[in-house]
Order: sequence, then C-alpha cells, then structure tokens
Amino acid sequence: MTAFAFDGVTTILALPAATAALLAFLPRYRVSAFVNMVSAFATFLAASSFFLIKPASGPYVLVDDLNIVFIVLNTFVAFTTSVFSASYIAHELEIGRLTPTHLRFYHAMYQALLFAMNLALVANNIGLMWVAIEMATLTTVAMVGIYRTNEAIEAAWKYFILGSVGIALALFGTILVYMAARPVVGEGLDGMVWTTLIARVPEFEPALLNLAFVFLLLGYGTKVGLAPLHAWLPDAHAEGPTPISAVLSGLLLNVALYAVLRFKLLLDANANAIAPGPLMATLGIVSLIFAAFMLYRRRDIKRLFAFSSIEHMGIIVFAFGMGGPLANFAGLLHMTMHSLTKSAIFFTVGHIAQAKGTQKIADIRGLTVSHPTLGWSLILGVFAIAGLPPLGIFTSEFLVVSSTFARAPWLAIPLVFGLLLAFGALILRLQGMAFGEPTPGEKHSTASPLPIAAHLGLVLMAGLYLPPPLVAWFQHVAALLR
Amino acid sequence: MTGLSFDISHLLAGALVLVSFLLLYQNRLFALLNVFALQAVVLSLSVAWQAYVQAAPHLYVTAAIALAFKAIIIPVALHRIIARLGIDRDVENVVGIGPTMLAGLALVALSVVVMLRVVSEADALAREDLAFALSVVLLGMLMMVVRRNAVSMVVGFMSLENGLILAAAGAKGMPLVVEISVAFSVLVAFTVIGVFLFRISERFETVDARALDRFQGDRE
Repeated sequence: MTAFAFDGVTTILALPAATAALLAFLPRYRVSAFVNMVSAFATFLAASSFFLIKPASGPYVLVDDLNIVFIVLNTFVAFTTSVFSASYIAHELEIGRLTPTHLRFYHAMYQALLFAMNLALVANNIGLMWVAIEMATLTTVAMVGIYRTNEAIEAAWKYFILGSVGIALALFGTILVYMAARPVVGEGLDGMVWTTLIARVPEFEPALLNLAFVFLLLGYGTKVGLAPLHAWLPDAHAEGPTPISAVLSGLLLNVALYAVLRFKLLLDANANAIAPGPLMATLGIVSLIFAAFMLYRRRDIKRLFAFSSIEHMGIIVFAFGMGGPLANFAGLLHMTMHSLTKSAIFFTVGHIAQAKGTQKIADIRGLTVSHPTLGWSLILGVFAIAGLPPLGIFTSEFLVVSSTFARAPWLAIPLVFGLLLAFGALILRLQGMAFGEPTPGEKHSTASPLPIAAHLGLVLMAGLYLPPPLVAWFQHVAALLR
Repeated sequence: MTGLSFDISHLLAGALVLVSFLLLYQNRLFALLNVFALQAVVLSLSVAWQAYVQAAPHLYVTAAIALAFKAIIIPVALHRIIARLGIDRDVENVVGIGPTMLAGLALVALSVVVMLRVVSEADALAREDLAFALSVVLLGMLMMVVRRNAVSMVVGFMSLENGLILAAAGAKGMPLVVEISVAFSVLVAFTVIGVFLFRISERFETVDARALDRFQGDRE
C-alpha cells in the first residue's frame, strides 16, 4: 500500500467535519442540500468499505465486528435522511417557516451531528466516546429549537436540561470505570482504552464497576429514551424539523444504546460484578409497557411515533438485557429494522404534515384518497412498526418473544402484553388517518418517495428472506455480546 | 502523599460541598451568582492543588479554565443578562428552604455511605474525594429540581458539573480531563448563555420556567 492508502475511519470522520465547515459558508440552499447529500453518500460508501478492509485499531479508534453494524446502519440512514431533507426543507422555505440563514445553520449542524455520531461509534477511548455523545446532544438541541416557536424552545430547553444531566451522570460513571481500572492497568491513557479494559476487567474491583454501571445506564439510558428518563424525547421529536426526528429515532438512540452495550460487555466479563442483564431487561420492559399505554392518548402524529420509538428501544434493551445468542441476535435485528422503519415513517409523516398543514391526528383524514402514495406508505410503515408479518420487525419481535419463552416464560407475559397493546394503539390511529373523507390540504406534495421506498423495501425483504451472510454476521456479533 | 497535602485536598473538597449548600438557600439571583463564582474559585484552587500534588501540569489548565470561565466570565455575563432583563427579584422555590436543606443532608450522607463502601481502603484520598464529588453532583441536581427559575437551573447544572471536574481531577492520572472540562465549558457557554436565555427572554419576557409549562405534552 502506498502512503496514500485509503483509511476508512479517517474518511468517515473527516468528511462530515469538513462538509460541516463548508456548509456553514455556502449561501445557496439548493447547493448545500446537494452537497449534504453527496457527502453523506460518500461517508456511507467509506463506512461500507469496513466490510472489506477492516481498519487497524489504536488507543483512540476501534472498529470491530460489533460497531461495524452500527456504523454502516448509521451512515446509510444518514444518507437517505439527507435525501428526504432536501425535499422537506424546500417546502419549509416556501411556506416561510425557515429562512436561508436558518438552512445554512441547519446543514452545517446536520453534518456536525454525523461527525459526532461516527466519532462516538468508532471511539475506543471511553472519554472520547463521552465527548462525542455530548457533542451529538448539543447539535441536536440546536436543531430541535430551530423553528423558534414557543413549543420548539420549550422542547429544546427540556432536551438540553435532561440530556445534560444524563450526560453528566454518564461522565461520573466513566470516571468511576477509570478509578476501577487504575489499580490494575496503571495510570494514564490505558485506563480509558476499551480494548485494554475488556482484557483486564476480571481483575477490577467489582463494587466500583457496579456503581459505575448504574451511573452509565442512567446517563446513557436517558439518551436512549428509557422509560422513567424519557421526558425529553417526545417533545424533541415533535417540535424539531422532521428530518431531525428521523435522525434522532433512527440513529442517535442507537448510538447511546451502543455506549450502554460497550459497558455491559465490561460488566459481563467481570465474574464478581452484578449481572447487568436484569437491570437492562427491567428498564426495557417498563419502557415498552409505559410507552404502549401512552400511545393511546396521542393527538400529535409525530409524538405518536416518538412514543413508538420509546416502545421499540424498550424491546431492544430488553432483548440485549436477556442476553444469549438468540436474544442478542433478535436485538440486533430489531435495532436495524426499527431504524429503517421508523425513519421511513418519519419521512412519510414529514410529507403528510406538510401536505395537510398540521400535525394533529384529528385533522389528518383520508390520506389514501387525497395522497395515495403517502397514505399507502404510512399504512405499510405502520404495519411494519406494529410488527405484522411478513415485514422485518415481525421476524425480530417473534425471535425476542420466542427466546424469552424459552428462558424466562413469566417475563414473556408482560412482553407480549406490551406488544399487543402497542399494536392496538397504532392500528386504531392509523385507521382514521388513512381512510375516510379526506380533510382539505395541498393537492401536490413535493415528496420524494425514493428514501421511503428504499427503507420499507429493505424491511420487507428482511421479513421475507434474510441473506445468509447477514445472518452469519449477526450471529457472530450476537456471540460476541454474550 | 504526606499528611498535610492530604488534609489540604480534603479541606478544599469539603469547602466545595459547603458552598453547594450555600447555593441551595440563596434566594436572590445576584447572590446566587456570587456564591457560584465562589464555588468556581474553590474548585479552581482544589484542582490546582491536585495538579501540584500529582505533579500533573495539565490540570493547571483545567484550574485556569475553571477560574477564568466559571468564576469570572459566566457570572459576569449572567449578571448582565439579569440586569438587562430586570429580573433581579427573588427566586421561587418549589420546595421550601428547610426541606431542601434536609434533602441535601440526606444526599450527602447517601453519597458518603455509597462511596466509602465501594472504593478500597488503599486509596483513601481518591475514595473521600469521590464521596465529596458525588455530594456536589447530587446537590447540583437537587438544586435543578427545586428551582423554577431558568437562571438558577443553569447555575445548578454548572455546580453539578463542578462536582464532576472535582472527581476527574481527583482520579489520579486520568487522561482527557482538560478536554472534558473544555467540552463542558462549551456545553454550558454555547447553549445556555448564547442561545437559550436570549431566546427565552425574547419570547416570554421572563426567565421563569413556569412560563414554558403553558405548553405541556399534547393536551389541548
């Protein structure tokens, strides 16, 4: 290899960072929307190269089989969202909700967010990971508040306060992990390098690790949106621009989940520490049931799907908490499917809200008549997210339920109860929105059906047929997760 | 570590907890800011002392950031904002001073009990430093819970963050402390001062968080 050898990790970090700087100075929004798309696509290609050439790990950077899944999914959804965003913002500009200055800021922040998320995913250093997640929080806070309505400001403020407290707790947990590592691996950089930690963790003091994990789970769990700590999530989803709702649900929640998983692995490797699984499974099931009940009372379409994200993050955290090859496999699959489906739904919902000029569920009726493409996309998306066969989420939910039945049958009762509850709520809401006498709205929508079709197509394909290499890969990662 | 330097570390960390209590019962905004500046000075001294004891020069940077940014720039900036908006009135508490102080005492007791059990005997300084740091963190959180006013929420958050910096400085040889303190300063400076107080004041003419509660969830 030459001195100019292709380095995927540098690319997926440098590209968004450079694009963010560039976009901050590009005045024409059409150009910047296009640059945004191209850059996101190039980042996705660079991330896909990890399958072929696995980058070397260092004290700061780590690419292993676990985070490749996250990185590729992350960059893919980031790319499709940028395509959706281009058509979404054109409309927002038309109706005057956003100005070109806002858009410059918006595009720069979008790329900065991608940089921060990629950094969090490849970070081998737990301190660096923390800094990256903090940065991702900051950029999303700025974007949630971009409409500057009272509601948007409140949402951003709430998100900022709760997110910061979560981030602060996570830092305390990170410091405690370092304190536990110090007597064993020595002072300095090594005490924060995850690959060093995982190798030496059996010798760490278990009591300190336990305490650290509680802080980390609460801290990063706030960002995952787990039930008692979720209050920021629905507001942030509902009041920000819809592309940001898609990125929050589809990506940022996963990044926080990834951080939790890394620390779960540390705890698992120490025989004397508490088992992290039951803690996670409990939080997961509480989130699932709580969110399922909350779904019934939603009147705002974006809030409805925000609560559905809490529900699904609950299922995923529950699956990883159960552990074992099958449940981990189901968790990974469910995470992938949820990211794809939920962002597709938000793409659809963004266009629906623009076409009907409202986010109120009561004012959205008869979509299949007035906007057939959007209406049927919404139906397909909701069927997918509610877990109907033959779509991908059915497969993963089925695996979660069956692995739970095999190992802890009494836990399967609340699980299935929560799933059915959520299913009922979603179908109930869908019926009114999709059918009946259409409410007035714009005739034409500028929707670009491509990203929606790509996501839902993948979800459908995964439900019908999972390619064996993908299954083998997920099984391998599931085994790594114990 | 000699007995004296150990005692000085303790003294400074203990003083930080004490100032956290002072913050809890301030009922004027200007007084609150002054006490917060005092806390930042104490933090800066404590971190500088750790830098000296551990012979870790990079911690002096953290100490300098704490001094310049949190003891001077932020309080002065907030002072100006409050003066300009004319909101230098009493701070309303959700919970009275008495119960708040009792809750604070309980939190300190909790953190001492938790930390002393968890960290091994061998590392007495780190152990007690962490107990103090956790107390400051919990007291900051308590302040965020009991105050309605947006400015005092921010002050609560910053004092919470002071506790984290104390913990990071006390963890001997911890890497990235400077970066983390910079990241935190950015968090506080950028979002809070620059964007939110300005925008909130623009909209509501008050920085009372209750004005925000007009909009709650999707009740109609």
